[in-house]
Amino acid sequence: MKGKAYVFKRGHINTDEIIPARYLSTDDEKELALHAMEDLDADFVKNAGPGDIIVAGPDFGCGSSREHAVWAIRGAGISCVVADTFARIFYRNAINNGFPVVECEGITNHVATGDELEIDLRQGILKNLSNGKDFHFLPLPDFAFKIAEAGGLLQSIKK
Amino acid sequence: MGMTISEKILAAHSGRDAVKPGELVNAKVDIVMCHDITTPPSVSMLQQLGMDQVFDPEKIVVVPDHFVPNKDIKSAELAKRLREWVHKHGIKHYYEVGRNGVCHAVLPEDGYVLPGRVVVCGDSHTCTHGALGAFATGIGSTDLAAVIYSGELWFKVPESMKFVLNGSLPKGVYSKDIILEIIRQIGVDGALYKAMEFTGPVINDLSVEARFTITNMAIEAGGKTGIINPDEKALQYVREKSNEEFTVYRSDSDASYCEIIEINCSELEPMVAFPHLPSNGKKAMDSGDIAIDQVYIGSCTNGRIEDLRIAAHILRGKKVADDIRCIIVPASRKIWRQAMAEGLFEIFTDANCAVSTPTCGACLGGYMGILAAGERCISTTNRNFVGRMGSPNSEVYLASPATAAASAVTGRITDPREMM
Repeated sequence: MKGKAYVFKRGHINTDEIIPARYLSTDDEKELALHAMEDLDADFVKNAGPGDIIVAGPDFGCGSSREHAVWAIRGAGISCVVADTFARIFYRNAINNGFPVVECEGITNHVATGDELEIDLRQGILKNLSNGKDFHFLPLPDFAFKIAEAGGLLQSIKK
Repeated sequence: MGMTISEKILAAHSGRDAVKPGELVNAKVDIVMCHDITTPPSVSMLQQLGMDQVFDPEKIVVVPDHFVPNKDIKSAELAKRLREWVHKHGIKHYYEVGRNGVCHAVLPEDGYVLPGRVVVCGDSHTCTHGALGAFATGIGSTDLAAVIYSGELWFKVPESMKFVLNGSLPKGVYSKDIILEIIRQIGVDGALYKAMEFTGPVINDLSVEARFTITNMAIEAGGKTGIINPDEKALQYVREKSNEEFTVYRSDSDASYCEIIEINCSELEPMVAFPHLPSNGKKAMDSGDIAIDQVYIGSCTNGRIEDLRIAAHILRGKKVADDIRCIIVPASRKIWRQAMAEGLFEIFTDANCAVSTPTCGACLGGYMGILAAGERCISTTNRNFVGRMGSPNSEVYLASPATAAASAVTGRITDPREMM
């Protein structure tokens, strides 16, 4: 996959910032998407383009278990999140939705907003086409790809 | 090599003799708890995929708590979707408004959480229930849908991190101060993916209620769960609430831990976590002169009867400072009733506090105490993220019920020992 980077240098971007609780009275992805990252970056929805890749510091998605966080950023056109590390529940939620997440330590030091990124999820290679730097990461386990291929966890367990 | 309590429970629920950290297992779940924010999406997913079935209606407990009594039309629709699904599938363990409370308070007090069980809920604070020796963890809506449908879920066996709480708690210092200090030391991702196992003489001394406050905030250090080996006190607590059989698992003496951290609780002092992370802990006495606008006493962290008693002890015969709102939210109907019977509401009302019906309320910025821009709240809840209780330009300070109550009287962040 290819996409433009949208960088948040910070760590511990929590799910209250990704989608504030005041919007949790809906689970409609399009409606949630209007408020993605609102309390952290009021212009995020305006500035993020379709296919953009969020690049962030450690512990992305900490806090509440709300899967609305995955839906909000996916709804806003984000195709993948690359972070030093992820909080556990957000990571699970992403996998269960077949939404790509990549753990790549120190990545925010080598990517700027607007850089063109190319990611091979299976091989575990991230290329910053804008500065020519390559990074290797541990690919997700095979079962996560199976979930994604099925279209999500529920589709993969449906009898 | 022995196993930890977490490993033993996951092994027993996945049909194995032993598991190791890092292994992926498919485990059977004993109790699935559902609330009004994260379950309606699960139900919609199941319905859209033609999977609208429940694996066992007896094992599903539904406690609407976040936005009920309905805060607006949209939340009323969510609660309605949940209620219709409950009735359709004959789910009997359903807690309508007036019978309900914050789900993490209701679940143990009504005997659903037993040692050795696997408990999941679409809520990050599900780790609370580990205080009774269950393996309890928070999940998202898709996971929740999968469990509702199949009764099973995939888990990565976590590494365990041991916290040995030595010494004894000084006066004015509570279990909330212990967990705020632990999170201050290890950071909000200090236990990422890990089971936080709490042990030591101070854990033994604490009441079961006080232990819940500690396991509740394991997620604030990134933990997959917080867990305590059940002792006689815990067993007595569950036997008073349930006649069901259970298996007690305890960590082996040669179990393996990725890290062991010792805390000398005798040296602890009342703590306050400053905005905007639970790890920004300082001693209350070193807080400086911080004027507040609101005090919030409640939530799954500190809305239990002991918490209300501690607050009442400080507020008795005193008044909340001028222009300060002090909102008290008993976490369940039983707690509410008990507080009423003990005369705590009289103390609170005389002190000019507002007492609410049980709800998650303002803890997550829902309603019943939302903050305006520029306002500060000292709160007994669990998160102080940007915008957590309202405006993104408001501030939340986390503390014990004692520190919150003392601050209500002075209107400034206050060490509660000044009033004891």
